[in-house]
Amino acid sequence: MTDETLIRADGLSVGFKIGGGLFNSHILKAVDGVNIDIARGSFFGLVGESGSGKTTLGRALLKAVPISDGTASYDDGEVSYDLTTLQGPDLKDYRKRAQLIFQDPYAALSPRMTVRDIIAEPLEVMGLTRTREETDQRVREIAAKCRLNLEHLRRFPHAFSGGQRQRISIARALVSGPKFIVADESVAALDVSIQADVLNLLKELQRDLGITFLFISHDLSVVAHTCDHVAVMYLGRLVETAPTRKLFTAPRHPYTKALFSAIPSLDPDDRGRAQKLTGEIPSPTNQPPGCKFHTRCPNAIDICKVQEPALENPGDGHEVACHRWRELLEQVPG
Amino acid sequence: MSLIDVENLTLQFRTDEGLITAVDNVSFSLNKGEVMGLVGESGSGKSVTAKSLMHLNARNAVYSPESRITLHSDAGPVDVLSLKKPADLQIVRGGAISMIFQEPMASFAPAITIGKQMVEQLQLHSDMSKSQAKALSVEMLDRVGISDAAKRFDQYAFELSGGMRQRAMIAMALSTKPKLLIADEPTTALDVTIQAQVIDLMKDLVDEFHMGIIFITHDLGVVAQTADKVAVMYLGRLVEEGPVREVIRNPKHPYTQGLLAALPKLDDLDAPLTPVPGDIPSPLERPSGCVFHTRCAQIVGDVCRAQLPVADQVDDTHSVACHIYSGGAA
Repeated sequence: MTDETLIRADGLSVGFKIGGGLFNSHILKAVDGVNIDIARGSFFGLVGESGSGKTTLGRALLKAVPISDGTASYDDGEVSYDLTTLQGPDLKDYRKRAQLIFQDPYAALSPRMTVRDIIAEPLEVMGLTRTREETDQRVREIAAKCRLNLEHLRRFPHAFSGGQRQRISIARALVSGPKFIVADESVAALDVSIQADVLNLLKELQRDLGITFLFISHDLSVVAHTCDHVAVMYLGRLVETAPTRKLFTAPRHPYTKALFSAIPSLDPDDRGRAQKLTGEIPSPTNQPPGCKFHTRCPNAIDICKVQEPALENPGDGHEVACHRWRELLEQVPG
Repeated sequence: MSLIDVENLTLQFRTDEGLITAVDNVSFSLNKGEVMGLVGESGSGKSVTAKSLMHLNARNAVYSPESRITLHSDAGPVDVLSLKKPADLQIVRGGAISMIFQEPMASFAPAITIGKQMVEQLQLHSDMSKSQAKALSVEMLDRVGISDAAKRFDQYAFELSGGMRQRAMIAMALSTKPKLLIADEPTTALDVTIQAQVIDLMKDLVDEFHMGIIFITHDLGVVAQTADKVAVMYLGRLVEEGPVREVIRNPKHPYTQGLLAALPKLDDLDAPLTPVPGDIPSPLERPSGCVFHTRCAQIVGDVCRAQLPVADQVDDTHSVACHIYSGGAA
């Protein structure tokens, strides 16, 4: 792993226009001024509830939704692109370098194509191989890497279980030789027994092929086990980001702490009321003023309701956006 | 006191590819006020087992003649599988037994208000008047923590958030005061913070209504937090059953051990994740002998491939079906 940055975003925002009329439409900010640095070769986790904007951020970095404000750049050592202005042949090249693995392996694969055709399609569309032999060769290589049985290449997706399908999706994402992969809830639909297998495969690919992953998940224990670095999102904002171990041993933002306490403990004798958060994430069309989290925060005071805290870096790589994190640090976690 | 007894439940589905075994000789019973976690992977038959309790499986389901499900209702024992007429079935479909489904959006009719659906089922299962039913429904919505319950009563499912829909679902299931509540993955589609709220709510409701609950889930953490006892299913077989502390701290079956080992643990970030090897076999290719032998790391010998293990008692309450414990190696 190097310390060089693959993806850097500064004040990145993504807005969607809501409502049809000329005068009554307004902008919904799904991602709002996010600064993010993803190191080359890292496994970067992005955590948050539904509606926090994590998927939109992932898509913006893939140039799958337009960036409305701020800057974002990509630099893998061979080429560098400004993602805000990227187009034409450069955009085509970026598509080969940046890929996506979806959540639902049942919906992501065409039922009418054989596994071989599914994996080969990106090669043909992007014109990466010239002959059928070359394509077949590449498909077999990738299939073997994803631990797919070569016998299975002639079958259709319906013959496979969830875990096998997810390995097919991974093979398809890998076939163009990407440097950057966004894995959006890629294990959420899988059983725990299979989930571990797919996670181990992704880690292996990171190690062996040097691929950088942006791993989007709502499952903190999965993130804790796979990611090197984690960012926590709430209502389009980044509220905390740190190396995994720091974040999990000493979370600073009240939201992160609440997320941790909400994970059901495996100890049947530890049935304390886990819930520290009441209510639900507010609608992005009707965002609260001040700190976005103050409506649910157990530690909110007056300043939280009017002034939005900036993401501050105290110099130890553990950034947090909260007015009170320093004083809360001194409290004994209860 | 026993609330429901399931004996030798075997259920097959008639399909174009032949008979598919979904549940294979499953027996368990649940007492009043007891919470049982039913755990297993997709395809293990846990949902089909639960639906059998309401005689709710599709028309192509074939129950074996030995299968017996007995519900001990206030009016005496009911032989669930012999019920045929819709009027007779009402007692197990919303009367004494209620069910909460995984996907709350799919369980409410989209074009009818939440309130109308609640009132409709109350009138079906009791002799309440419309206004009584409405009053009770609003009270139940309020009870499960839905703010502004009277307003929500007149809204449609799409107007509610995911967590709120699941609360409304719970309110609806409980308004008929069932003796047994079946919750099929009720928190799987929810965020962790909302999941924690729903789990807390369900714990409160168990104390308050004192009903039996069958909690179907694949999340052992959720089971540890809610259940009194656990039954683990694999490919339609019950492989292990026991009190929640016993099964989670001292799992006996290699499959239960595998499920626990595959869980990412927050207190040990360096521990490698160990998947259960292989995939769950297709129901069309049911393995011979012990159904788990194709993925088992602790096979004791040919006996696993040839012979179906019977359930052995580890102690009074904890049982496991595995040749390791039945002297199969000898």
